[in-house]
Order: sequence, then structure tokens, then C-alpha cells
Amino acid sequence: MKNQLLSINDLSHSDVLSILSTAAELEKITDGPTKKLPTLRGRTVVNLFFEDSTRTRISFETAAKRLSADVINFSAKGSSVSKGESLKDTAQTLQAMGADAVVIRHGSSGAAQRLADSGWISATVINAGDGTHEHPTQALLDAFTISKRFPDRKGDLTGLKVAIVGDILHSRVARSNVLLLTKLGAHVTLIAPPTLLPVGVESWPVDVTYNMDESLELFDVVMMLRIQLERMTNFFIPSEREYSRRYGLNEDRLRRMKTDAIVMHPGPMNRGLEISASSADSGRSVIVDQVGNGVLTRMAVLYLLLGGVALTEDAK
Amino acid sequence: MIYTLSNLQMSDGSQVNIVVEDSRITSVGSHVEGDVVDCSGLLVLPGLVDLHTHLREPGKEDSETVLTGSRAAAKGGFTAVSAMANTSPVADTAGVVEQVFRLGKEAGLCEVFPIGAVTVGLAGERIAELGAMADSAAHVRIFSDDGKCVSDPLVMRRALEYVKSFGGVIAQHAQDPRLTEGAQMNEGEVSSRLGLMGWPAVAEEAIIARDILLADHVKSRLHICHLTTKGGVELVRWAKSQGIDVTAEVTPHHLLLTDDLVESYDPIYKVNPPLRTNADVEALRAGLADGTIDIVATDHAPHPTEDKECEWSAAAFGMLGLETALGIVVKTMVHSGLLNWGRVAEVMSINPAKIGGYSRQGQPITPGSTANLVIVNPAEEWIVDRDQLASKSRNTPFHGISLPARVVHTIFEGVFVVKDYALTGMKHE
Repeated sequence: MKNQLLSINDLSHSDVLSILSTAAELEKITDGPTKKLPTLRGRTVVNLFFEDSTRTRISFETAAKRLSADVINFSAKGSSVSKGESLKDTAQTLQAMGADAVVIRHGSSGAAQRLADSGWISATVINAGDGTHEHPTQALLDAFTISKRFPDRKGDLTGLKVAIVGDILHSRVARSNVLLLTKLGAHVTLIAPPTLLPVGVESWPVDVTYNMDESLELFDVVMMLRIQLERMTNFFIPSEREYSRRYGLNEDRLRRMKTDAIVMHPGPMNRGLEISASSADSGRSVIVDQVGNGVLTRMAVLYLLLGGVALTEDAK
Repeated sequence: MIYTLSNLQMSDGSQVNIVVEDSRITSVGSHVEGDVVDCSGLLVLPGLVDLHTHLREPGKEDSETVLTGSRAAAKGGFTAVSAMANTSPVADTAGVVEQVFRLGKEAGLCEVFPIGAVTVGLAGERIAELGAMADSAAHVRIFSDDGKCVSDPLVMRRALEYVKSFGGVIAQHAQDPRLTEGAQMNEGEVSSRLGLMGWPAVAEEAIIARDILLADHVKSRLHICHLTTKGGVELVRWAKSQGIDVTAEVTPHHLLLTDDLVESYDPIYKVNPPLRTNADVEALRAGLADGTIDIVATDHAPHPTEDKECEWSAAAFGMLGLETALGIVVKTMVHSGLLNWGRVAEVMSINPAKIGGYSRQGQPITPGSTANLVIVNPAEEWIVDRDQLASKSRNTPFHGISLPARVVHTIFEGVFVVKDYALTGMKHE
């Protein structure tokens, strides 16, 4: 495995399986009263967040702490593009402080790769979301969540039908999931209005449809994406109501899904817009599971990237 | 002062001696007079002329000055550059263009022709005093809001009409601002994958199409800056077939580089207009070869290190061009058989001089012409080293690559401003 995680493309198929099985192993180990492992004791993980994201930060923080790493939260919101410290200076500061891993969330696509490739820092770089590019650990936790709901498949998602619905154009979650789920053999369909699909999407290894009702009964997984309210002002959608009617997951649509199909959402949700409260809270919903699985998956990533001793030995 | 450049190869293949007396060529043939500079194996072209250069002075002297830009020009074989108007203050008055003109004279390494802004402050709202700039000591004939598009169709129409009174030309930076809000790179398969806001070809082509029709309607002269798309080439080809008075330029970087380089997220490849696809590059080369595109212009755009040493979206647009232009044109156009040396002289010297009305530039290499010459070794490859450039900035995307046709000497009005690859410290007084 590479010693950084910037994109799903950094992971081979076996790397992915190794992360997923490590997450499963960690779940077993930490299921008891003691949730903490000593594996990364003495190592320093920095959460470098240029964008607000309480959920992702807390998830990484919890993951690192459960592995006994020291965690530093560095909130640098607005400090790069606006007047102030540059990404380079921030990186060199963290380098001087002896960071072993930097978990970076940044509003600019490619910022994580820039940090890793620049030579400004020698720490392991983990992308926690860069602009509208990728969010690889979100895709990993989604794959982990799917695998758990379809345990017979043992991580092999061949032929599984996954729909990703909503603002594909601006979604780093969608990009990472397309790469990861297709790598695992799933058949991915993107459902969105044409304004929210990227130019050139024809070259992606997916099916695309503008109509949510066309084939809803075929999917095993329906992943809803958050719609940002500012999309209205740039004419991507005419109104919230229209979007909700055409692309929202409501009770009617929920009923038409396959019996064992699941509903996912990376959060935070706009209840009543892209997803109705009843869909979010239904028995099909694994949205709360996604949060818990996020911690386990990020533990697995930190563990494997920071070269923790072999898990089975450690656990014993 | 009389000297002879001996055993030079002309672009038509003939071997000559060129005698220079003061600032003029006095003999082209076998005659020898004065000191002899042996130029065996070297090729002579009229000094290169750039119609699109950002010299950054006044206002951004940390990136470049008229002097450092003139040095870069001389090293690149240019004997004339055209200083773009997006300085601070903007070159939208006679005072600013005269300042730049005077700084060019003081540098004395090439002619520096200021380009005037079309609109006050490049804001696109009110037409600047174009007549005052035309009548000034700088004698401005090219007007451009480059960096910004004159997007208001009425402003563009009036500007095209107005410059007819003094034989001016509007050089348009074709970029529909609404279609490119927040745009970071060419819109296409790569931008979608990288999650960078796309810059559609249509944003460039829609303005080109509109301006061609406007230029035809008011019977004025339009120049399209840095053409980058296949569709844009088609539009200009059509306009020329209709006899519309339009000229177009292409930059060296758009002849060579494509948008897949952005996969590195290295802002050294961030440029406006953006790098396009391979199909666009092929169309640009073909367009330059068949004369649809009249000239190569560098769009030399220096930036300080910190403006490129950052994440993509925070970085400045632009790349250096003066010192690598000839090598890239030879690599992409001559080595591929698309242009011969005579045509290189046309697209890099004769045609730009004609468009700008630069009377001492782009002249035939014959007795009586001003001695503005570049002498190159067509066989000599050199490795671009950003730390060896004469420009004040380092933002070349060509660092480390090998280019053909090294500039050996640059002669500006009879003076060797570059001799044996190096700036001589001499200047034209």
C-alpha cells in the first residue's frame, strides 16, 4: 500500500480488501468495554481542516484516539486563500512539530495531493475531502457499510446495483464512490438532472439517467447526496420543491425499492429536500451505521498507513 | 561601427554575409567589411516580434519590470515586445503608456510597444481615451483589455468603430465571463475527474463568433488573442474566407501542452485561457500552418514564486514564454514539417510587425533594412533551466525539457544585445 491516501486510485483492489477486513477486525476487537488499542501510541496525527466539517473531524479524531495516537486539531479555515498563512507555511509548521500523519480537509480540489507531492512535509497525507474532487475515506466507509449489509458477498460487490442520486457535479463523495464501488465490481448508476452531471460523464464506468423513477426497483443500494442550497442561485435547479419532487427520496419511492435494498446518505442531510424524514429513519436506512463505520474505517486506514504492527499479533 | 556576420544561412537556404553599419543592414551577399563575426552553421531570421507580453511594470515589479522583461525578450530572440495593459495603474491613459514606452527606451534591449486598455481600468464599462494614447509619444495602435474580455457587445462595437480613425486594432481576450465564473481549467473529461470547475470552449468561441460579426458589420480590424480551441480555429477560418479583417494568435504553450498535465494539480500549468485537449492542439498547429492563425504570441506572464507555490485554486494564471517561444515553435511546427523557416519568420516576426504597424520590425533581410536580427543554431538542443532565465520570475512549465534552435545572437538596431547566448550588457542608446 502507498503511504498516503489522496484518491481511491491510490489503492489497489487488495489494498481495499485489506482496509475493509481490518475495519471488520477492529470492530470485533473494540466491541468490548475497552475501545482503545495501543497501536499508534507515541504517534501524532494532525487534523488539518481548512473547511468546517465537524463530522469528519470528530470521526478521524475518534479513530486516532482509539488507536492511542496523539491528536492535534488544526483549524485553518480561510487562512490560505485569504490573506494569511499559506498551505506551504502550514505544512512546514506541522513538519516542524513532528506530525506523523496529516488528515487534510480543504476546499480546493487537489490540495491534498499538492501537500503530499510538494516536498513540504514528510508525514503521511490522508485526504479527508478536497474541494469537489475526492473523499476517499467516505467511499471506504460506504463500501464497508454495504459489505456489512450484504455479508454473504464477503467484500465482493460484483453485480451489486448501486444508485447515486443528486449533485454528482459538485460531489467528492460521488467521485470516490464511483471509483471504489466499480473497483469492487458494483454496477453504479448516477441519477441526476443534466445540470448536476459533469461534462464528459459518458467516459465514467457508470450508467447515467435523468429519471429517478425509471429503474428504482432494480437497485440494491440507493445513495442520496446532499444538495447545497446555493445551487439554486447558479441555476442548477429551478427550486427546492421541484428538485425534491423529481430527485428526492420520499415514501412512494422508498416503497418501490427492492425488499432488501438499503438507503445511504453521507450526511449532513437536508431532511425534506433530498430525503424525507421517513426515508432517513426507515428500516432500510443505514445512515447511522455509516457514522459508526466511519470511525472503524478511518481506524483501519490510519492503522495500515502508519504501519501499525500486524493486527492479529497486536490483538493477542 | 561596421561589422560583418559571415556565412549565415538565410531561411531560404542560401548562404550570405551580412554587413551591418550602425543600425542598418548595408549589404547582403559576399561582401565583407569591418570586424567579422563567424556565423557558420547558424541561421538568421528577422528579430522576433511579440504582440502579447506582460511586463508587469508599473505596479507588479516583483514579477517583472520592463528591463528584466526586455532582457528575457533579447535572450529569446525578440527585438520587439508589446506590453499588455493590465498593469497597476492600468495602461488606460496617455501618461501610463508613455511611462512604459520611456522605460522600454531606457532599457534599450528591444522595442517596447505599449498596448492600451480598451476600457477604463479594464472594467469593461467605459471606453478609455484611445485617441490620446494613439497620439501620445507611445503611438499606441493595439488596444486590449487582456486578462479580461470586452464582454459587453455594445462597448466592443464602439471600440472597433472608434479605432478606425487612427488605424488601430482591438485585440480581444475572448472569454465569456458568465460561462467561466470560478473556472479553473478546460471543461472536459479531465476537469470532471479532477473536480476542477470547467472552462468550456464555447465561452471562448461564442465571443470570437460575435466579434467576427461585429468587425464585419462596422468594417474594422479585430485581432483574437491566444486562440485555444478547435472551434475557434474554424470560426477564424470562416471569417477569413468571407474577407473579414480578422487576425489571430496562438501561444507556444497551447501548441504543445494539454489539459491532462493538470492531473498533477501543479499550478505551473494554470493559465488563462486554459490548456485544452490534444484535438485542440492539433487544430491549432494545422491552423498556424495553413495561415488561419497569423502569428505566434507568447502571453509571457511572470508571477512570483508564492503565487504558484500553493493549491491550484489559489494560484495565479499564467506562464513565462519569451525565452522558450522559438524553441517550442521549432519543436512543434518545424520538426513536424508543418512550417519551414521562412514561415517561422512570418508568424514570429513579419506578420506580428504588420499587425502592430511596427515599421522597423519584421523587415526583409536586405540592404536598407533596420538591423533587427536573431541568429540561431537550428541544430543545437538546450535544456530549459528556470534558474537560468533572464526573467525575474521562474514560472515556466518547460523546466527540464529539451528544446531545439537555440538563440546564439540577438541584434537590436545593429547592437549585439545577446552574443554567444549571453546578454552583453550593451544596449541601443
